[in-house]
Amino acid sequence: MATILVLAEQHGGKLTRATLSAVTAARQLAQIVGGGFDIALAGTGLDAVAAALTPYGAGAVHQLEHEALAGYTAQAYAQAFASAAKATGAQYVVAAATSNGKDTTPRVAARLGAGMASDVVALSAHGGGVAYKRPMWAGNVLGHVKINTAVQVVTVRPTEFPVAEASGGASPIQKSAASVDAGSLRMKYVGLDKVESSRPELTDASVVISGGRGLKEASNFKLVEKLADTLGGAVGASRAVVDAGWVPNDWQVGQTGKVVAPKLYVAVGISGAIQHLAGMKGSKTIVAINKDAEAPIFQVADYGLVSDLFGVMPELTEKLASRKG
Amino acid sequence: MKILVTAKRVTDPDSKIQLKPDRSGINLDNVDFKMNPFCEIAVEAALQLVDAAGDGETVVVAIGDSDATKEIRTAMAMGCDRGILVEADEAQLDSDAVARVLAAICVKEKPDVVLLGKQAIDGDSNQVGQLLAEYLGWPQATFAYKIALNGTSGATVQREVDGGVETISLSFPAVITTDLRLNEPRYASLPGIMKAKKKPLEETTASALGVDLSLKVESIGFEPPPARKAGVKVKTVDELIEKLAGEAKVI
Ligand SMILES: Cc1cc2nc3c(=O)[nH]c(=O)nc-3n(C[C@@H](O)[C@H](O)[C@H](O)COP(=O)(O)OP(=O)(O)OC[C@H]3O[C@@H](n4cnc5c(N)ncnc54)[C@H](O)[C@@H]3O)c2cc1C
Ligand SMILES: Cc1cc2nc3c(=O)[nH]c(=O)nc-3n(C[C@H](O)[C@H](O)[C@H](O)COP(=O)(O)OP(=O)(O)OC[C@H]3O[C@@H](n4cnc5c(N)ncnc54)[C@H](O)[C@@H]3O)c2cc1C
Repeated sequence: MATILVLAEQHGGKLTRATLSAVTAARQLAQIVGGGFDIALAGTGLDAVAAALTPYGAGAVHQLEHEALAGYTAQAYAQAFASAAKATGAQYVVAAATSNGKDTTPRVAARLGAGMASDVVALSAHGGGVAYKRPMWAGNVLGHVKINTAVQVVTVRPTEFPVAEASGGASPIQKSAASVDAGSLRMKYVGLDKVESSRPELTDASVVISGGRGLKEASNFKLVEKLADTLGGAVGASRAVVDAGWVPNDWQVGQTGKVVAPKLYVAVGISGAIQHLAGMKGSKTIVAINKDAEAPIFQVADYGLVSDLFGVMPELTEKLASRKG
Repeated sequence: MKILVTAKRVTDPDSKIQLKPDRSGINLDNVDFKMNPFCEIAVEAALQLVDAAGDGETVVVAIGDSDATKEIRTAMAMGCDRGILVEADEAQLDSDAVARVLAAICVKEKPDVVLLGKQAIDGDSNQVGQLLAEYLGWPQATFAYKIALNGTSGATVQREVDGGVETISLSFPAVITTDLRLNEPRYASLPGIMKAKKKPLEETTASALGVDLSLKVESIGFEPPPARKAGVKVKTVDELIEKLAGEAKVI
């Protein structure tokens, strides 16, 4: 029976939601190729995270600990995950296309001699195997690929695979020492300069308000933040304003930033370059506020307001705030 | 210090990319080509690192058809010392093949650092640097935001990650992939362009390097992205709120 291994991601003992998107992809894969899936979790001090992974229907949760995994590094984590894949006889390895997922998973594939498809948005049956659909050219083209190796590795785009619901039951936890050759590691985790925020995660939020160069200067970005806070949303940005240093890097939405698909996406003073659209055009409802009626953002907007943002943003924020009471 | 840097020839990020009507591939009419923007950043980073180290050599590599010599010459005009073109058909490559070709070159060239883009803006795979690092058994710093040398034996690298900026340290030889904000690539100067014409450019093939190009990941077709249905323009904030509440039901 085909065996699928999900690579879980945790930070400081907290499971990422993206892991549960990977679980959904694994369930879909199991529908196509048969069999079930296991979950591999690597790090240190993982008892609580391992327990949190037990209600999703995995055959087992492999809890792999090693002191060399105390700080995240691609080299060590790839060794731990690749060994787990070998030990479980996994034919499919699935991870979420987060920054860590993108960093480690190709190394896992290389260790397994496996082909890898990145940032997969859909899975389908194809001649007894699986076809993987993935965006290319900033999402202007969707490519279908198959993988010719015995083991197949994929990262999946979290916005395209809903977070898995618990399915009841309790998967057994198999705790063991991770297989890491500490002597081979030549990289060290030093630290994370974290963007502190009380707002929801950009990639999980149901409302995202993003600002662009039309805001003119950094201090005007608060117009975007106020609207986001009024709606309980997250804040995003175009590359232009991230490059300008107005907002943290981690807010960039687009082909080379984050991909978001909220219920409501509001683009404020953003022209709608193809690279930006690649990160938000899967949103359910898109609103564009831009003074240029010809701006490409209007081609994907459900509701376009051709107007000076400095006039409409305060009005919009105020009226929405008073609606909420 | 010796640095190997890549220069992939890709479709211009400002070109409008569409499928051919029969969906067999990309319509390349009226499409310009240039160096992958992340490779431009990698070339700039390579030149800055050699400067910071005091001396060294930068070797630029492209894998592609003979037109890719243009991107190699551009990198040499920016300042790279010599170039290697590995002739191959883009449609007959996957990220793994590119990584194995680069690994074979690294075995010969023995660079201290390989600098690549975090992703190619055409294939968007974001794999080659990581695969290469694993094939060589080297450490990696993907999505580099800042690179500071620790003498000539290693570096401390800040990386753009979900949630902020992560710092790691690594020892050479190592693979580093660039993110957008690492630097602003210089333009090739006119004297640079003249000089580049005389710099050595070696042409080779995967088979000469002993690399088997059988595909691990194989394309089986393309489709256009789903079109969004045309939206409407609203005239006032009140009308917008009414639509969002009544029609879209998102507030
Ligand atoms: C018609 C057509 C058919 C294709 N068919 C397939 C297929 O069957 N299977 C498949 O997997 N792919 C296919 N591709 C895409 C393939 O050729 C990709 O270029 C290859 O998979 C590398 O992936 P990537 O460009 O996304 O690299 P990434 O992993 O995104 O690249 C990361 C970095 O590696 C370096 N790099 C990558 N490629 C090169 C290069 N050629 N020269 C120098 N540096 C480089 C760059 O620094 C780049 O920033 C096809 C492309 C075309 C146009
Ligand atoms: C390799 C590469 C990768 C990239 N990756 C990304 C990415 O991931 N994400 C991304 O966003 N971009 C990305 N880009 C950049 C992208 O091509 C655009 O340059 C960028 O998105 C433009 O940002 P912007 O819309 O804020 O600015 P602009 O294009 O300058 O648009 C500003 C808009 O504001 C409007 N405006 C001005 N004043 C007002 C006003 N008073 N009221 C209302 N509207 C006003 C203008 O009409 C204009 O439409 C990438 C580019 C490259 C080459």
